[in-house]
Amino acid sequence: MINLRRREFLAGTAVLLFTAATVRAATITGRLPWAPNAGNPPPQVRLGPWEFFSGDEGRAMDALADCIIPPDAETLGGKDAGCAVFVDRQLAGPYGQQEGLYLRPPFQAGAKNQGHQSEKGPAQSYREGLAALDRACRERYGKSFAELSGEDKIAVLTALEKGNLKLEGVDGASFFAQVVKDVQMGLFADPIYGGNRDMSGWKMIGYPGARYNYLDWVNRHNERFPLPPVGMTGNAQWSRS
Amino acid sequence: MARKLPKKDVVIVGFGWTGAIMANELTDEGLDVIAFERGPWRDAPTEFPPGYMQDELRYRVRHELFLRPDQLTFTFRNNMRQTALPIRSWGAFMPPNGVGGGGVHWNGEMWRFLPSDFVLKTHLTERYGAAFLPADMTIQDWGVTYDELEPHYDRFEYLCGTSGTAGNLRGKIQEGGNPFEGPRSRPYPTPAQPQPFSHTLFGKAARELGYKPFPQPSGNLSQAYTNPLGLRLGPCTYCGFCEWFGCSNYSKASPQTTILPYLIRKPNFTLRDKSEVIRINVDRSGQRATGVTYVDSSGEQWEQQADLVILSAYALFNVQLLLHSQIGQPYDPVTNTGVVGRNYTHQTISSVNGFFDSKKFNFNPFIGSGSIGMCVDEFNGDNFDHGPHGFVGGGYVGQVQTGARPIESTLVPPGTPKWGPEWKKAVRDNYLSTVKPGTGVHGSFYSYRDVYLDLDTTYKDRFGRPLMRITMDLKDNEIKQNKFLTDKFAEIIKAMGAEKLAVQYRTAPYDITTYQTTHLNGGAIMGTDPKTSVLNRYLQSWDVPNLFVMGASAFPQNPGYNPTLTVGALAYWSASAIRNQYLRKPGRLVDA
Repeated sequence: MINLRRREFLAGTAVLLFTAATVRAATITGRLPWAPNAGNPPPQVRLGPWEFFSGDEGRAMDALADCIIPPDAETLGGKDAGCAVFVDRQLAGPYGQQEGLYLRPPFQAGAKNQGHQSEKGPAQSYREGLAALDRACRERYGKSFAELSGEDKIAVLTALEKGNLKLEGVDGASFFAQVVKDVQMGLFADPIYGGNRDMSGWKMIGYPGARYNYLDWVNRHNERFPLPPVGMTGNAQWSRS
Repeated sequence: MARKLPKKDVVIVGFGWTGAIMANELTDEGLDVIAFERGPWRDAPTEFPPGYMQDELRYRVRHELFLRPDQLTFTFRNNMRQTALPIRSWGAFMPPNGVGGGGVHWNGEMWRFLPSDFVLKTHLTERYGAAFLPADMTIQDWGVTYDELEPHYDRFEYLCGTSGTAGNLRGKIQEGGNPFEGPRSRPYPTPAQPQPFSHTLFGKAARELGYKPFPQPSGNLSQAYTNPLGLRLGPCTYCGFCEWFGCSNYSKASPQTTILPYLIRKPNFTLRDKSEVIRINVDRSGQRATGVTYVDSSGEQWEQQADLVILSAYALFNVQLLLHSQIGQPYDPVTNTGVVGRNYTHQTISSVNGFFDSKKFNFNPFIGSGSIGMCVDEFNGDNFDHGPHGFVGGGYVGQVQTGARPIESTLVPPGTPKWGPEWKKAVRDNYLSTVKPGTGVHGSFYSYRDVYLDLDTTYKDRFGRPLMRITMDLKDNEIKQNKFLTDKFAEIIKAMGAEKLAVQYRTAPYDITTYQTTHLNGGAIMGTDPKTSVLNRYLQSWDVPNLFVMGASAFPQNPGYNPTLTVGALAYWSASAIRNQYLRKPGRLVDA
């Protein structure tokens, strides 16, 4: 006999709230269920203050974003493209807290190919990782990471990536690999999530965005697709006069 | 205590492809059918409309349409000496959730298995001798043949409107199709999809190397189609958001587009969503299922009695429910006894990315469909002489790139820094001129004595039940097979004109964190002997004859093709046995 612990059960299914228009189980018979405007579009990230990062953390993240994706004559850097904002909003949301993941104990160290085995989610990893990075920079240079010269920043990150710079209490190389992955994701995710501002990431590579129909193009080989990108909320030019 | 509901003729557990097929077939017999689905109702206008379906972050990276591991997961280890740890976040495969199951977010590849795949043990032993097979390999014949399944393959292909080019029409080899396929009784219902530039280039290069390339058979349709149930699908628009995503355009074959609108109108059919079956109940004899117990989304337990139980969840969950319900003897690899959990397999996948001169090549790689692609089948199954190579099995190879969603498809050539100005420049220069085939090498995964499923001794689910434990590693046979296939594939990508290749072999240890495919198989396999199979050749439980178990959990080992078409064909085959034999005389369809 299964003892259903009601509280745990509800905790386990709370995640359904994100996806399902109706939360209760339903009997479907006779006709397909359908309700107008029952969809669940993603909410647009609001610009403004950090939601997860502190001021210091935010400055470090902006600096990291510009090192990972440096600005150049043609394209915005990671900071101006909103990559740190993207990471901030992701960490403030379900991803930061590992929502929906299996978090039951015991937490045991395992082989790398057995996957992440920690109660700590990405939010806490960032909190600890950014603090440790600033501590290491202060020790070596007497300044926080964001205050370092461009050259010193690159030197720190290169050492971190190669495992030559150890962070206190944090696996520096894997933390930096995570930052690289998340910041770059911010450049290529839909602008609705706060990064890829002005679709700068998509313009840079020639990706036309959230389009839906290439029927006329599937047989046109080796020709450049001519249309500019659109996001889920359209193209900024459409609403500018 | 569970509250009892009025008895039904049939209860169906899990409502993806096979649940929908069985519901439609059995309601046609006038039976009163109820189906339970753990996840929510899903449809295009609500869950994945064209306004915001093209969202790589939400659907691909954050797994919107999939089961949450919090709700149910597995533990994993490479071998019996290791401690299994829970899969806390999905990686190697993505368990589906919700009405339509994997049929909502699949790519739509519609492959038939080879005739020799169904009699694998016999075929390989006759051709190479028993000593050619590794000692711990536990491959078996299926108990059903290609010829027996052919009408059911045909039926599922026509339900879905499959787009393709026949390679073997009633024994006559057809130009432009797969010359290695088994004979088919009629052509595909719709012509093959047109191929984008890089896929076409792959076909040309393969032809010049002496292969016979052909378009991948596709459940994303080349043109509008009305299926035998009167339901209409639209032509695919090559939006590049197929696998991981739902189709907004009614162009991808799914239970929603090909069965549900017809089925739901039948007064003898009921579906309950967000209702998770936690046990199949059996009577005191242990030989008769009385129905199921399920939990609804408010935490309430219910018992649904029925004369016939159809287990049609995702492969792993079928096995898990059998173990939790104590139906069939659990497999023990040490004594080599028992059956439930035996012969668990995956797919041996690798790929080769090709980087081309951006001044000469513009692939517009974002144009694609889930099962677009040009493939060659020279190295699948036993289509070639394995004698000199020292392994068995094989797979198709092909440029099967489904699009180039930018988070996952901004590749840089090997040796490029992972960040900084050089990375940025390389991304900019390569996106439009990179070939990224994804599952370009799609190899078989044969079964072994110590690769299996059982119940974990430490970790529990939210009901307090043990999680199911996966013990799996890659064996030398599959590693050799993959090396051979990947090298052949790389030759073709090179011949397309690639300047640089990134060759990724599949190697041991098996890694639960990187996506391979969701083609998990076995654990509740079909066969001819109750000592080595859970099900007879009609997918009927040897132990509990009023229980039928659908899905790839029935595969004794996994051939080098995508499983869904065979999973659907087996469901029609099983339904036909129920309709024509079982209902007339309920009981064992094969003597044990």
